[in-house]
Amino acid sequence: MKLHEYQAKEVFKSHGIPVPQSFLVSTPEEVVEVVKKLGKAVLKAQVLVGGRGKAGGIKIVSDEKEAREVAEKMLNSMIKGHRVEKLLVEEVLDISKEMYLAYIIDKQSKKPTIIFSNVGGINIEEIARDHPESLFKVSYDPLAGLQDFQIRRLLFKAGLSGEDYKQLFDIIKKVNVIAWKYEGELVEINPIVKTPDGIFAVDAVLIADDNAIFRHPELQSMRDATEVDELEKEARMKGLSYVRLGGDIGVIANGAGLAMTTMDMIDYMGGKPANFLDTGGGLADPEKMKTCLLHVMKDQNVKVVFINIFAEITRCEKVAEGIVKAFEEAGKSIPLVVKLVGVNEDIGKEILQKYMEEKGAEMYFVDTLEEGAKKAVEISKR
Amino acid sequence: MSILVDENTKVIVQGITGFQGSFQAKRMLDYGTKVVGGVSPGKAGQEVHGIPVFNTVEDATQTGANTSIIYVPARFAFDAILEAFDAGIKFVVCVTEGVPLYEEMKLHRIMKDYDSMLLGPNCPGVISPGKSKVGLLPDRCFIPGDVGIVSRSGTLTYQVAENLTKAGIGQSTVVGIGGDPMPGLSFVDVLQMFEKDPETKKVVLIGEIGGSAEEVAAEYIKEMSKPVFAFIAGRTAPPGKRMGHAGAIIEGFSGTAESKIKALEDAGVKVAMTLQELVEIVKNSED
Repeated sequence: MKLHEYQAKEVFKSHGIPVPQSFLVSTPEEVVEVVKKLGKAVLKAQVLVGGRGKAGGIKIVSDEKEAREVAEKMLNSMIKGHRVEKLLVEEVLDISKEMYLAYIIDKQSKKPTIIFSNVGGINIEEIARDHPESLFKVSYDPLAGLQDFQIRRLLFKAGLSGEDYKQLFDIIKKVNVIAWKYEGELVEINPIVKTPDGIFAVDAVLIADDNAIFRHPELQSMRDATEVDELEKEARMKGLSYVRLGGDIGVIANGAGLAMTTMDMIDYMGGKPANFLDTGGGLADPEKMKTCLLHVMKDQNVKVVFINIFAEITRCEKVAEGIVKAFEEAGKSIPLVVKLVGVNEDIGKEILQKYMEEKGAEMYFVDTLEEGAKKAVEISKR
Repeated sequence: MSILVDENTKVIVQGITGFQGSFQAKRMLDYGTKVVGGVSPGKAGQEVHGIPVFNTVEDATQTGANTSIIYVPARFAFDAILEAFDAGIKFVVCVTEGVPLYEEMKLHRIMKDYDSMLLGPNCPGVISPGKSKVGLLPDRCFIPGDVGIVSRSGTLTYQVAENLTKAGIGQSTVVGIGGDPMPGLSFVDVLQMFEKDPETKKVVLIGEIGGSAEEVAAEYIKEMSKPVFAFIAGRTAPPGKRMGHAGAIIEGFSGTAESKIKALEDAGVKVAMTLQELVEIVKNSED
């Protein structure tokens, strides 16, 4: 779960990491009010996409008139497919140096890792690639925790001293505390800047482990504000693993690998998958398949749905019942390509066949993924 | 021979009185797996499908068990895995999905103190066809043979194995390492076992986008004498949630299907674009 910048900054602030003075607003009038107070300010779109600045989501305004103009343009605009509903209006700092600081769990070494660079900003990845020597890293034993000597080593190697050293030392400790408190996969500050008043976190990224959210109710309450796509939001409420992709062939499969391979094969045959949907377990209950199919059908672009179920233990008649229930509840059907493998697959197919004949629904039964993808693409193009 | 499990494997089921645990215990018994005990705190003395239930893994080891399979809810998985290690179980399979990242990270560090192996979490387990199954893989997809399969997926693995089986190509052992970012046994660990196993003549690797496990495996495959064939799922998936810039800094440009396919091909692996093609290239290598 990725937090919005304003949410992450609240967390930073409450843990004593200096952040610029800022206000969260949702109307141009509010922006003007804030700019009256702050003077020159920076408007930042609160959308959960990377490269927000390059996409026009960060603008500096120098007076109230400009603030209104920019705010009107920015609010409700779309940035990389995400609607801008809130802006963070922030004071402009007098920056003399931009640096980079991150905490990440390194999946290779299986250790928490702190990364620091004296050069920060939007080109940090290019810097990392072209000048890896300008990045400083320290990994530590997760059972022992982060030790002071490790922070000292990191900062001294990076050539820091004096007040900057002291403040960064303190911030790194606090970033580490935040990471462990919320079970963060990533805490990133880019840039972290030097000003005449000390060091400030100008941006804030916090990604918490979804698997651990059950023990962090304070994150759960922030979550609603982080969802964007309505269908994806609804899918999460229903406990489905769904990602919208924009094509016209719906995909339902049990298992992430199987769902992705189904998408790949549709693409290979010249079609466009509309979504990724992994049903997960629980197909023994027809309700699950019903929910999945109804959900995929809500996407107006979908012309055909490829259902690819490899049932380990689930009885296929339950899956078939779910499909029938979905059509009955929706009061309509949609062309289906069905690959159903598992216990009682014949009974499952019989149920669907019968429904097809009685109600005139369009369904095709296939034996291989390739055959199914081909059929689905054919239907989508007619 | 085979790897990880065979006719000498004696299994206990942690969480045997739960729905999944009980159901899968029965299915393993039906397959011929030696399921010698179960663990469910407070339920010692009971029996499930004729299998004796114990309060602790330590008590259950009196059955001579050397392997454990874990079917407990995610928030109890860390405790269950550590209990198995501590009781001296040498091979632990954790099926449970959704184990928190920080616990998986700590497990890797703690495992160093034990002479035990962990498969998973979030994995379908392992089967050596005709000998033993410790997991929930559907029996009908597998026949004995000389192809080793290692995979990050569940149902996709079954589909691949079934396709091979239908083409008359059997398997020595099929291992699902699970879909989590920091699995216990890695691709490389399992590939090393297949390389040493006299019964395994060739290996199929099934990867997915995300992380760098396939790229790391490719480096090891360069040293292998046995042929490796691969399939990578997710060529058309959108880039997943990226771990900020730090993710790119640490993992470089790995993670995409292109990066994985290139790394594997550079290591001499034949990478199939479709599941049908995968069967064909494995079959053609028979001649």
